[in-house]
Amino acid sequence: MTTHRFQHKHVISLRDFSPEDIDLVLQVAESFKEISTRSIKKVPTLRGKTIINLFFEPSTRTKLSFEIAAKRMSADTFNISASTSSAKKGESLVDTARNLEAMNPDIIIIRHSSSGVPYLLANNIKSSIINAGDGTHEHPSQALLDMMTVKENKGTLAGLKVAIIGDITHSRVAHSNIIGFSKMGADVHVAGPSTLIPPGIEKIGATPHLSINNAVKDADVVMALRIQKERQEDPLFPSLREYATFFGVSRKTLQFAKPDALVMHPGPINRGIEMTADIADGSQSVILEQVTNGVAIRMALLYLIMGGEGGA
Amino acid sequence: MSQESLLLKNARVIDPFSKTDAIGSVLVNKGEVSFFSQDQELPTASQEIELSGKWLVPGLIDMHVHLREPGEEYKETIVSGAKAAVAGGFTAIACMPNTTPPTDNQQAVTLILQKAAQADAKIYPVGTISKGIQGSEIAEFGEMQEAGAVAFSDDGRPVSNSQLMRRAMEYGLNYGATLISHSEELSLCHKGAMNEGNWSTRLGLRGIPRAAEEIAVYRDLALANYTGCPLHLAHISTKESVSLIRRAKKKGWPVTSETAPHYFSLTEEAIGQYDTYAKMNPPLRTQEDVDAIKEGLKDGTIDVIATDHAPHSDLEKTLEFDMAANGIIGLETAVSLTLNLVREEIISAAKMVELLSMNPAKILGVDGGKLFEGGAADITVIDPERTYTYTRENVVSKSKNSPFLDWDFTGKSVLTIVAGRVVFNDL
Repeated sequence: MTTHRFQHKHVISLRDFSPEDIDLVLQVAESFKEISTRSIKKVPTLRGKTIINLFFEPSTRTKLSFEIAAKRMSADTFNISASTSSAKKGESLVDTARNLEAMNPDIIIIRHSSSGVPYLLANNIKSSIINAGDGTHEHPSQALLDMMTVKENKGTLAGLKVAIIGDITHSRVAHSNIIGFSKMGADVHVAGPSTLIPPGIEKIGATPHLSINNAVKDADVVMALRIQKERQEDPLFPSLREYATFFGVSRKTLQFAKPDALVMHPGPINRGIEMTADIADGSQSVILEQVTNGVAIRMALLYLIMGGEGGA
Repeated sequence: MSQESLLLKNARVIDPFSKTDAIGSVLVNKGEVSFFSQDQELPTASQEIELSGKWLVPGLIDMHVHLREPGEEYKETIVSGAKAAVAGGFTAIACMPNTTPPTDNQQAVTLILQKAAQADAKIYPVGTISKGIQGSEIAEFGEMQEAGAVAFSDDGRPVSNSQLMRRAMEYGLNYGATLISHSEELSLCHKGAMNEGNWSTRLGLRGIPRAAEEIAVYRDLALANYTGCPLHLAHISTKESVSLIRRAKKKGWPVTSETAPHYFSLTEEAIGQYDTYAKMNPPLRTQEDVDAIKEGLKDGTIDVIATDHAPHSDLEKTLEFDMAANGIIGLETAVSLTLNLVREEIISAAKMVELLSMNPAKILGVDGGKLFEGGAADITVIDPERTYTYTRENVVSKSKNSPFLDWDFTGKSVLTIVAGRVVFNDL
């Protein structure tokens, strides 16, 4: 095991992580993965620690994944589902956070529709903050579990070609994955309707393509992103049908990728839109492995943030 | 007006209107300002102030200030804003009408001027272009002007309806009105929080493309040319806007323009980790734009430096970035930031005085902007060498929302005289 020490108090952006940090998280996660396969799926590591899930956006799997991770480490967890509209009724986000802080939690896991909110909390309260997705900024634990899944299947991340297809502009998953995979030496390519490819994406570390076939050409990993149907105030593309035809990942698309390319999706999938059902359920799909690894990654993050050593 | 006479000795006297730039002394006596060169014998005065090494210039005029009174007095009042103004070297400020309720009628203008009687700086109200800033009917320019409004603007919002803008310009001709345009194509920046580009992508924030300003700048230029109404373009922030204005001026269109110190001092990178004190509209742009703004100031395309002083409390600023209010305070940092341009030799000291005093006076048609021959005994003294750190504790404005907090500066205003009376002294 590595002797690299994890120095971070918060997990907000993968930009703050070195390749050694990412390696360490993946290694610790691997070592924790076994816990989830035991008949008694619990270790006492975080006994007496208080963890609050503060979710301002609806979430099923991420919230559950963090909660299961915390419980398997024996931490006490509390869930708060708030809506941003209730914040408008009076209490500001910082006030909410300060009230939570007064109850002495060790970690606050935050999801919010506004980019940058984890920094706002970190600047105003003393608890550790884990970003479970902020607006269209980042979703670091998702990218870590994606990297873990790829590494398990491919043995390495360096030198791989990763193609991410779909709504890059509004995807915090894409942003964290672009940062993470390129830090680990992978070559990241993106494609989708040009209305959904943000300016300067190459500065973040991804090569944009107009054709999805070019993006997935010889790729080791093909990741499709969830398309949000509810962005009607901005005319981004004409119809889901046309989206599925030209930007959906299908058997035809995969012909351009390497024969053993992994198929990934951060979920939840709109089957038949961003990905055909046969691909999502096919032999190349690792979508459910991503979910399994999510718990291990989140256990590792909670452990490392609470001062755990590399050789767990 | 002070009954006493005041002798300001041995300053560098810079007055672009009379083309003065010389070491000498200035006597302020019963509202008359007169110059004495170094060889002349100095008159006696009831008060004397030694100013060697300092610049003595006509009182600075900020033609773009939000005073928040009436309606949001917890952010700023007419009196508190005027205190910040004189601390920053401004002897007069024009206040934008987007208060609650807006300054869209004669009574509202009168109310501001009544309150202004208690203020340290001279206050020039700007009336709205449209009733209630609703963008549908022209406000009463004639009545507001009679009450003391110096220009008209819906600032804070664009006049989106082109026909209304055109009619307002035509109607303004009867009153010799100057319209100040907040030029922005709103449909391009739906919920935008910062400049659109590499950094908005990196931060995951919705962008406001530069084209949103440029399209609207061109519309307003075209309408000014078509109607002949004098147009002043507020807070110019992009390279292409500067080019469009340069071209319009070359063609002789009746146009002037302003930028704010933050647009030549900061880029979008100042947002850093979602610093809401770097959030304003138009947003901070890129280095390319900063360079073009500086070029525009240098070659006269941009006539005025105005602060767009926009006070907000922590209630509006300690929030999620996309929910935080737009705007920063600027009255107290404008002189120091503009002096940076003088030190970089982008503009001369005389040009600085044109941008901050002579030109705004001319555009608004108000007294001042010059020292002698009917100058208003409004005087600003600047120490170009004074070093200081601008801290939150030092902020005079009621609100503290400045991206320049904790910056070290060289040069500041040290003495401000309004109508012959010393209203600020940091000598």
